[in-house]
Amino acid sequence: MSDRTRTLVDPILVANPVTLQVLGICSALAVTTSLATALVMSAALIFVLTLSNGLISLIRNHVPRSIRLIVQITIIASLVIVVDQMLQAYMFAMSKRLSVFVGLIVTNCIVLARAEGFAMKNPPGASLLDGLGNGLGYALILVTVGIVRELFGAGTLLGVTILPAAADGGWFTPLGLMALPPSAFFLLGLLVWAIRTIRPEQAEPAPGEQGGEVPR
Amino acid sequence: MASANPLVWWRGFLALPNDSTAKTVGVALLVALVCSLVVSATAVTLRPLQDANRQADKVARMLGMLEILGAGVPEMRLVDLASGADVDRDPGTSTELPVDRDRAGLGSRENVATVFELREEGALRLVVLPVRGTGYQSTLKGYLALKADLNTVAALTFYEQDETPGMGARIEEDAWQALWPGRQVADADGVIRIGVVKGAGTGVHEVDGISGATRTGTGVTNLLRFWLGPDGYGPYLDRLKSEAGR
Repeated sequence: MSDRTRTLVDPILVANPVTLQVLGICSALAVTTSLATALVMSAALIFVLTLSNGLISLIRNHVPRSIRLIVQITIIASLVIVVDQMLQAYMFAMSKRLSVFVGLIVTNCIVLARAEGFAMKNPPGASLLDGLGNGLGYALILVTVGIVRELFGAGTLLGVTILPAAADGGWFTPLGLMALPPSAFFLLGLLVWAIRTIRPEQAEPAPGEQGGEVPR
Repeated sequence: MASANPLVWWRGFLALPNDSTAKTVGVALLVALVCSLVVSATAVTLRPLQDANRQADKVARMLGMLEILGAGVPEMRLVDLASGADVDRDPGTSTELPVDRDRAGLGSRENVATVFELREEGALRLVVLPVRGTGYQSTLKGYLALKADLNTVAALTFYEQDETPGMGARIEEDAWQALWPGRQVADADGVIRIGVVKGAGTGVHEVDGISGATRTGTGVTNLLRFWLGPDGYGPYLDRLKSEAGR
């Protein structure tokens, strides 16, 4: 794989920001009750992350160190407001369902982590790809959790009935737990476990083992 | 050396060491300027669309409420709040509220309000009153529907609020709004007692509060008592009652 492709694809599977770095999980709990909200939230994050990475990379050589975080957050926050306003104008019902969580993208650790960790050191092209890749990585996890939660919590996908609920004459009893935030924690835990079983190098070494951090 | 040519000046600015005071202030100002322009441009361009969305949502809320009540399309009336009489047109004026009478936290209220009456063969069946007031961190706007006795709540729905999601914002949930139908506004002596209480409501005037949203609940109580009281729809409701008594 070329470097470019690697920049784009790595964060989706190999170094997924949610399952490897365990960043941005707050929104993963809040907006994954249905697939539709997970998709819109993912799109909003991809937009913000890609553009903020690109813009910050453009001006990276002229940002004074003392105010660099403020500059990054200002750019990120402006992009988030733009997305939020667009949702309120073109997808009003969806913006009501997502309530504050689009606005909270400002505090999503993935966005600032990529700005500070990648965009400040790399040219705009690579930064755009890195932003897109990390956004897609986040989206992959959100959509996976969203599918499981909507399918087993309500028996539907994107509002279309897949498993007919017992209340409507079908056979399926929706799992109430899936509608509640803790289920997203369990699903994320299972995902992290699955990925680290396939790729053992992602697991943190136990304390005391070689290379492991000694608890202080 | 300052130059008249902006391009030269710009190059000079970029060539400044990044950590110099001039560049720090300059970069901060430029970033703030560009970002504020982008944000304001978006907000101003999209405002008409957002307003239309909010309006449509408000209408949908009211129609949804009427549908649940199995009621038809109501008639819109303009009512002078001070006298309670029907008027033909809204002069668009308002009255300032003294602090001790302003329990809904409105500052001032309009002189002429729009209400909706549903009549069947001349007899009043339902009256829908727009209500609003200050909650915990936002203005709560909704509709209160009263049954023909003008003392029993038929429905209460909120269509606009910006309270804490998961807490105060739950006043918009159907499950909570379903607690309202059947509640009584005033007791036998005519004292307005309706309101939200902490924990589970007991009497016919009380509705369960939402845990963690005490101040939103207080806001709801206050706005209902204000709008049903003498500074709100009180005179209008009195007029309707006397008409029904005749």
